[in-house]
Amino acid sequence: MNTKLAFSLLAAALVAAGCSKETPKPEQKTGAAPAGESAEIKIGHVAPLTGGNAHLGKDNENGARLAIEEANAANIKIGGKTAKFTLVAEDDQEDPKVGATVAQKLVDAKVAGVVGHLNSGTSIPASPIYNQAGIPVISGSATNPKLTEQGFKNQFRDVGRDDQQGPAIATYIATEGKPKLVALVDDSSAYGEGLANEVEKTLKAANVKVLPREKGTNKTTDWKAVLTKLRGQKPDAVFYGGMTSTAAPLIKQGRELGIKAVFSFGDGACEGEMVKLAGEATEGLLCSQAGIPVQAASKKFLDAFKKRYNADPIIYAPFTYDAANLLIEAMKKADSADPAKYLPELQKIQFTGATGPISFDDKGDRKDAEITIFTMKSGKLDPTAVYKGGKIVPYQEFVKTAAK
Amino acid sequence: MTNWRARPAVRWTGVFLVAFSLAVLPFALAQVGTTWVRITDYAILYILLALGLNIVVGFAGLLDLGYIAFYAVGAYTYALLASPHFNLHLPFWIILPIGAAIAALFGVLLGAPTLKLRGDYLAIVTLGFGEIVRLFLNNLSQPINITSGPQGIARIDPFHIGDFSFSSYQTIGGLTFSGPIKYYYLLLLVMLGVIVINLRLQDSRIGRAWEAIREDEIAARAMGINTRNLKLLAFAMGASFGGIAGGMFSAIQAFISPESFILVESVMVVSMVVLGGMGNIWGVILGALLLSFIPEVLRWTVEPIQQALFGRMLIEPEVIRMLLFGLAMVLIMLFRPAGLLPSSVRKRELTQETL
Amino acid sequence: MDTFLQQIINGLTAGSVYAVVALGYTMVYGIIQLINFAHGEVVMIGAMVAFTVINALVPYGLPPLAIVLIGAGCAVPICMLVGYGMEKLAYRPLRHAPRLAPLITAIGVSIILQHVALLIWSRNVLAFPQIIPSRTYMVGGAAITTIQIAILAICFGLMAALAILIYRTPLGTAMRATAQNQQVAGLMGIDINRVIAATFVIGAGLGAVAGVLYGTYYGLAQYTMGSILGLKAFSAAVLGGIGNIPGAMLGGVLLGIVEALGAGYIGDFTDLCQYGWLAGSISACDGGGHFVLFGSNYQDVFAFLVLILVLVFRPSGLLGERVGDRA
Repeated sequence: MNTKLAFSLLAAALVAAGCSKETPKPEQKTGAAPAGESAEIKIGHVAPLTGGNAHLGKDNENGARLAIEEANAANIKIGGKTAKFTLVAEDDQEDPKVGATVAQKLVDAKVAGVVGHLNSGTSIPASPIYNQAGIPVISGSATNPKLTEQGFKNQFRDVGRDDQQGPAIATYIATEGKPKLVALVDDSSAYGEGLANEVEKTLKAANVKVLPREKGTNKTTDWKAVLTKLRGQKPDAVFYGGMTSTAAPLIKQGRELGIKAVFSFGDGACEGEMVKLAGEATEGLLCSQAGIPVQAASKKFLDAFKKRYNADPIIYAPFTYDAANLLIEAMKKADSADPAKYLPELQKIQFTGATGPISFDDKGDRKDAEITIFTMKSGKLDPTAVYKGGKIVPYQEFVKTAAK
Repeated sequence: MTNWRARPAVRWTGVFLVAFSLAVLPFALAQVGTTWVRITDYAILYILLALGLNIVVGFAGLLDLGYIAFYAVGAYTYALLASPHFNLHLPFWIILPIGAAIAALFGVLLGAPTLKLRGDYLAIVTLGFGEIVRLFLNNLSQPINITSGPQGIARIDPFHIGDFSFSSYQTIGGLTFSGPIKYYYLLLLVMLGVIVINLRLQDSRIGRAWEAIREDEIAARAMGINTRNLKLLAFAMGASFGGIAGGMFSAIQAFISPESFILVESVMVVSMVVLGGMGNIWGVILGALLLSFIPEVLRWTVEPIQQALFGRMLIEPEVIRMLLFGLAMVLIMLFRPAGLLPSSVRKRELTQETL
Repeated sequence: MDTFLQQIINGLTAGSVYAVVALGYTMVYGIIQLINFAHGEVVMIGAMVAFTVINALVPYGLPPLAIVLIGAGCAVPICMLVGYGMEKLAYRPLRHAPRLAPLITAIGVSIILQHVALLIWSRNVLAFPQIIPSRTYMVGGAAITTIQIAILAICFGLMAALAILIYRTPLGTAMRATAQNQQVAGLMGIDINRVIAATFVIGAGLGAVAGVLYGTYYGLAQYTMGSILGLKAFSAAVLGGIGNIPGAMLGGVLLGIVEALGAGYIGDFTDLCQYGWLAGSISACDGGGHFVLFGSNYQDVFAFLVLILVLVFRPSGLLGERVGDRA
């Protein structure tokens, strides 16, 4: 049945090829407003909506959607017309190839700007396509440094980079625990290895001895061989760059083998799910999240989100909410939804969003992005400290200053 | 069939029609969306891969479950020689042959120690070889950074000849050529070349020798065929096509990482060859086209249909696609064990073998 | 020394699970020369069914051991049913087709089983409830848990039981006869179809037990777990000589130990800084640094490399007898 479907589609395409030969319209013109009272402005959003991280993808999408609905309710005038924003949500399945395809799809749909993608792994292959079309892209969750190191003027992110998160957790480990020897483990993924590299750099700079890197894969469930080796080397702390599904067996088996060291993780393994998978072994673990903790986002956003979706944001929704608002704000300032016109405004924007004040440096990274350190206390992740501008600030102090 | 072969006028009209539709296809697709041109580009890459693997599996009868390794070798050769990673920017017409040659070398490397192995043992060794290549690509970032490991290589140069770049927009004679459209024509050209080579190979001395090896290696050797060299040649030739496809993938994608060369991809290419009809070039092309387009079609239909019917997604399109895919593999094998368009030799074989 | 012993214990436990899974591959291969690629998925389904049953029973306050036994008791027949269905629907019609056809069907069945499991049990990593209190014993400085001891005992028990079945019962004799020559076995009055189906069912039952053991040992189960476990177990079967029952056991245990020792020691041996004459010329070595050529990241490479080397030098595996051409 499918083969027939594909055949008929193919045949239809061939027939279409035979009949219509008119020149296709050039695609660069994006976000052009049709004449009339109100102008439709499309904003794209890309995240995995299927697969293992679909819940995070939906969370990101909800953040962006909320911003757009609020903007529509506010009857913003752009270029003399009432702007009607629509969200074009796409699924990149966390696959680099699909990421590029979906980016092309959004360019075809003539979106004025894009919020996303969720993963660095799909953001990077998609970025040249957006760049060529000149469409501004703001990711609220892709933390790999490479994304903004490509030199694309239209690429932004309002979340911290791995090379800010790595130093943050490393500085915290080095200053709080004062370890003599640290073991680093990663899952051989772009994210895990990148993060562990940054932690290693910071630790070495702080004169902490680091053991040769141990590695698993993003599917490893048996860490015993690696852990047994580590046990013999007696590190004071262990850092693992990887996701929850592999971090949980790591910490659990580590405790079973009698390793007493402090375990620490990046944002990939910084969620409540950890307790369910590894139980008591998780007590006392440290982990970091790029940005401020969800509960520290502005109350106005949290209330609106709760009211709209009857759920709390998971991790990155405040950032995608801000990202969508940043695009809209820049359009307002430029009084145009033409990417070429509002891009300069976006580059020099000063905006206070749900995650605090935002402005971009010349690479498109957020200036002074915060990183939060959490500690697992009786089965709950408890924000302990915030890292900002190279310094660790205790969480309570940070909340007080932020409230002012 | 013989009917139109006998009448050149009809035949040439047919050829002209096919050529014409292939030429205007990207513009028709661009009407729907440039995305579809890009999807077609990927489909052609899979055709190249499937045709390459067909030499090894279809012609010579050597089951290779690690074929994607050669694709990876070609892709990485291009990426390393034309990106800021080592700050090398060689032109593509130099790199593609290098990539093909290196891939061919890897083919021989895989082939040489496995000459003695048959059937299933060969399958597991090639599978292991594919995984080893991927693991090395993933790990050669330490202690000396060669492949950049899981981080992948970004900002890979697009193909360009002088100032003419394959990735940019350009208007020629009133027609707008987007990047994917330009690549389409290049891919089409390469594909036609590969098809011609395959067709010529099939009926050549080499092709017949491969067929003999596939049917009965011992008998083939007894007839004076140098089975060792011919098997190595099959591995090398299949690999070099994979290498060329890899180089083109690298340039089109502009970013590669070991994630793109996992075992599932090898299985995918094998399925294309087997489902379409091992050993039959047109069958293999059909297999590659079906398996590349069905997922996309499903992507564009399953989701909206479910949204319309149930108001939410019950089953993800990816899951439906994989279920249908698995089911298709089982059903086609049960009812057409030689593939959708079996080669004539296989067809003969099958009817005789059925007990 | 305690580290070495610990690695051996780790390897032995993982390896004995591989061995039980490998038995499923090797039995099927031995009898009809088919690589049942879907066997790993049977193991996964075993783990998943056990997970559901155990989770449902926990609130009733039964003794933990009884809960696990009921879990396994449900998993085994369900997996046997899956194994039987697979053979009947997907493989039996292809018994005389070209060699590649059943292989592709097997891959197809594996994809279907995986995604059906995804629909039933979701994509998430499921946490096996830790109901059996795990106690740790120290043996010569190495830790061994009660679960590890139980796994070793069960696995070796199963292997022994299977050996008795194959070599001491009429069914076993029929299986060996069918493996040697189907047609002649049929002429001797053996119902080949029944024997082949029995082989699949027994293999699937063993797989189910392995799945339950794996789940309780690591405390996790996910719909993708079958493919990697299956691949490793299949390598183990080939390593020992596919089609050969003692070979599968040897291959499994050997693979487990090679992996553990590989991950544990490759890094140390290839740290160029420990070789004085080299360390001087590598700047990374200064001040107690390291320059590791191959770390634990090459763990899987070594597993495959051992496999390839064994096959190149002994093309029919460690214990496999030299067979004629079966291309």
